[in-house]
Amino acid sequence: MKFVDEFRDPAAARALVKSITRLTGDDEFKFMEVCGGHTHTIYRHGIEHILPPGIELVHGPGCPVCVIPMGRVDDAMWLAEQPGVIFTTFGDMMRVPGSSGSLLDAKARGADVRFVYSPLDSLKVAVDNPDKHVVFFAVGFETTAPSTAVTLVRARQLGVTNFTVFCNHVTIVPPIKAILESPDLRLSGFLGPGHVSTVVGTRPYRFVPEVYGKPLVVAGFEPLDILATVHMLLQQIRDGRCEVENQYGRVVREEGNLAALKLLAETFELRPHFEWRGLGFISQSALKVNRNYAEFDAEEVFSMPGVRVADPKACQCGEVLKGVIKPWECKVFGTACTPETPIGTCMVSPEGACAAYYNFGRMHREAAQMVGESAGV
Amino acid sequence: MCLGIPGQVVAITDAEQHLAKVAVNGVQRVISVRLLAEQNLLEGDWVLVHVGFAMAKIDEREAQLTLDQVKKMGEDYLNEIDAFNSSQIA
Ligand code: SF4
Repeated sequence: MKFVDEFRDPAAARALVKSITRLTGDDEFKFMEVCGGHTHTIYRHGIEHILPPGIELVHGPGCPVCVIPMGRVDDAMWLAEQPGVIFTTFGDMMRVPGSSGSLLDAKARGADVRFVYSPLDSLKVAVDNPDKHVVFFAVGFETTAPSTAVTLVRARQLGVTNFTVFCNHVTIVPPIKAILESPDLRLSGFLGPGHVSTVVGTRPYRFVPEVYGKPLVVAGFEPLDILATVHMLLQQIRDGRCEVENQYGRVVREEGNLAALKLLAETFELRPHFEWRGLGFISQSALKVNRNYAEFDAEEVFSMPGVRVADPKACQCGEVLKGVIKPWECKVFGTACTPETPIGTCMVSPEGACAAYYNFGRMHREAAQMVGESAGV
Repeated sequence: MCLGIPGQVVAITDAEQHLAKVAVNGVQRVISVRLLAEQNLLEGDWVLVHVGFAMAKIDEREAQLTLDQVKKMGEDYLNEIDAFNSSQIA
């Protein structure tokens, strides 16, 4: 698309950085980007290195692969190893470590684990293999959950009886609240999640300015989007305003996607609580397939072990996910824990802060070139 | 995995099942447009594609506005800096 290139326009970036530098002055600001997609853009384009030193970006909990607790991965492995089961998953989940290896290891041991692009692909596998039972490992925030919802509706419509969903969908607002309640962080504002907001809209974030007094700007994923969002946050602060704004208006509508929200309400219910890796239990923070669709709920159809497993001792993903430490401050970062042999989840998905930093940590030189020395790099 | 990529609707292939052929970076495939069922999707529209679903219509005009705004702010500021740099106070 034509305008994607323009959202990487170095001249516009340079001008924005200058303006940000002026607004920052001698003060210090700490903004959290909630979404893993933003973390990825920030590292990939070296954005941290082109911002003035007074601006710190901290990474939030918005990477659905990163927050899946070990016990759920173990349950997934257990499901994958049941006789007659074809276990389908997004590629990112394949390497997430459980307590005895990952789904990739289960596959190597002979389990039929397949990677799919879409939950509808998984349903197709079920239709094509009537003598097998197909489980879809559903993960993701409200961005992805509607896709699973449509798949459930479609499964019923097709009369499929050999398909279930192992539901691990999570919701975005509770972890933001948990972070605002945590005493370790003093944030000046949030870069709000972009794609989640296409579904939920911008209204659910109003509590952030209203209750906690922090500005939040929903942001797009191109480098210019991130810079423009930082600029909007600073402008709010300098104007003495504190509100929810939308930088990503080309995609996100205030009311969200009503059709998607309706489908979510039809097929899912809120769990009373759900465990998040590194963050512990957060109430009403995840979705479960609801009673009307119970025949497609792997948790109802199978009796999974459902054992809680503590995170590995060396792992500091919890601190990374809360923005308390930077990836490289974890003791095992880049040594025992690498994308090839991840110990923690943040090293697995390209949206995980550790993997993003590991892969792109050296991008700052390119970034400096993009905006030129004049931007005060 | 939360990636959303812009794609352009090439054809509505099955209106009843809400399926459409969408081109992403030159590659065409059929995706579900059920989540945009109420938005009167037409050939040529841009959509955000995520895990085989169109999640949102992308407003090209809005995109252009954002860009123009960013650029204008940049230019204004650059002009200001230039003016500032060129000023010589006696
Ligand atoms: S380096 Fe590995 S163990 Fe440490 S926080 Fe990152 S992902 Fe977790």
